[in-house]
Amino acid sequence: MTDPERDLVRHTAALARLELDEAEVDRLAPQFAAILRHFRVLESVEVDDAEPMTGASGVRDVLRADEVRPSLAPDAVLGNAPRSSDGFYVVPKTVGGEE
Amino acid sequence: MSEALCREGAAWVSAVTGTRWVGVIGLEVHAQLATNSKLFCSCEVRFGAPPNSLTCPVCTGQPGSLPVLNAAALGLAVRTALAVGADVAAESKFDRKHYFYCDIPKNYQISQYDRPFCTGGGIRLASGRFVRLTRIHLEEDAGKAIHDRGEHTLVDLNRAGVALIESVSEADLETPEEAVEYLEALKEIIRYAGAGEADMEKGQLRCDVNVSVRPEGEAWRTKVEIKNLNSFRHVREALEYEIPRQIEAYESGESARLPRQETRLFDASAGVTRTMRTKEEARDYRYFTEPDLPPITLTEAFVERQRGLLCELPQARRRRYREELGLSEYDARVLTGTREVADYFEAVARLCGRPKEAANWVANDLSRALADPEVAAGSIDELPVKPFDLAELIELVAAGTINTTGAREVLGLMVAGSGSPREIVAERGLEQVDDEASLEAWCREALEGREQVAADVRAGRTKAIGAVVGPVMKASGGKANPQRVREILLRLIAEDDQPRP
Ligand SMILES: [Zn+2]
Repeated sequence: MTDPERDLVRHTAALARLELDEAEVDRLAPQFAAILRHFRVLESVEVDDAEPMTGASGVRDVLRADEVRPSLAPDAVLGNAPRSSDGFYVVPKTVGGEE
Repeated sequence: MSEALCREGAAWVSAVTGTRWVGVIGLEVHAQLATNSKLFCSCEVRFGAPPNSLTCPVCTGQPGSLPVLNAAALGLAVRTALAVGADVAAESKFDRKHYFYCDIPKNYQISQYDRPFCTGGGIRLASGRFVRLTRIHLEEDAGKAIHDRGEHTLVDLNRAGVALIESVSEADLETPEEAVEYLEALKEIIRYAGAGEADMEKGQLRCDVNVSVRPEGEAWRTKVEIKNLNSFRHVREALEYEIPRQIEAYESGESARLPRQETRLFDASAGVTRTMRTKEEARDYRYFTEPDLPPITLTEAFVERQRGLLCELPQARRRRYREELGLSEYDARVLTGTREVADYFEAVARLCGRPKEAANWVANDLSRALADPEVAAGSIDELPVKPFDLAELIELVAAGTINTTGAREVLGLMVAGSGSPREIVAERGLEQVDDEASLEAWCREALEGREQVAADVRAGRTKAIGAVVGPVMKASGGKANPQRVREILLRLIAEDDQPRP
């Protein structure tokens, strides 16, 4: 098992803010490698002459009018959250994220 | 800035090495579009609503929900693109930009990556410099994370999914002043295009700055991103700090101090930028086409319809005001401050046929009334004084029915909602007094005991007459015709000089 695959697992986990221990990295690295092998097959297909696809359905230009409809009741929405207070979702302190 | 650097025009000159350094600045500006509902769902867009009261399965990212594009948002975005001379794409699509943070419930933001709805265009600064726009794209806003209330972070998703346009400029700006001028111009265009209010205090306009420095004539160097800029003043202050910081780092030659590619936050209270101390992986958003949103065709007919909805833009109006109406640059600038004021002024000028007088009244007296907290008018359209009324007032002055002092009083009453100028003048007996006998009596009275004024006038210092005009106006209750008063005073002083029979 090569190190690049282990690094890829770690990088992907870091992007998703997931903490993995070494045993998990060991288990996931070969699975990642297998998935990427399939994509390498796809990558080998010659597509230079093909138009890039923007969707599989062929549907285009689906728009809606700018009309307001009632939103969900805060209680109903917050009821699905593990923790809430005064109408807010409560999450672990995360200062200085992106955007 | 230390004493080793000295600002000379657009350059910072090193006293040590003599090198002339210039800034290289690009701006990314997010502006909220003035739609009723969010970009991909029908939740209302409203500032200050109770937290999490404006959300639904789409904007909270519930499994199985499907986004549908708001047609009005697309129209406003295209209108802005046309206003900055950008090329609207024939076809556009949306992409998912992935990042994991508590303000983004889906773990991705729907944005546009490789097929934005427009590219190119730009904004010309007063100096003639043209700041190119790379692109403008549509995207949804994130929610709001609040960190300063207790040991946890609080999240409000009312803002999540609100329609934004992000305008990305090329690094064509050199100074903090230019950056602010560009922002003001962009804000003005967004407002004139009717695309949004672009109110920075309400968070409707947000800006990130990319900045590097280079010795004049050399290639640019590592750029630094600055965030947390909540006002135009912050943008200027952050750049006034950051540009010399980078220059001094290069001049020191210490490799540890050299600017590196990083994100810095502006600390407004200290006026400095600081490294954002988070363990940030290299940007890796894993963009891919949003499978839930089909591509959009921007037909010529659609684009032309948006063009038809675009009014004349501020720069063009200012030029017309100067060149065709003979207004000063200053007045032209005040009058085009907002589209409402400019439209109002044009209506008044058209109705009374006196653009210069209309400009004076709108730019001075009416603007003052608008700024008066007691009047409590949010915009010029909310004043009880309509363009028709102001035009009538200007005509009353032009016809000599009232003088300017009287007109100011009338305007004050009009602002207070007391009726039309003609009604107010008639009711309060504010007609200008032209009657020769009354005017002369007031003038004689005012001249008494003011021999020095008469002597000054006789000695050729005609300006001294002003000291007597005031008392006459006062005696007349402000109703005397000041022009006639002046004439009569001069005549009386001259007559007095003749040997008495
Ligand atoms: Zn929603």
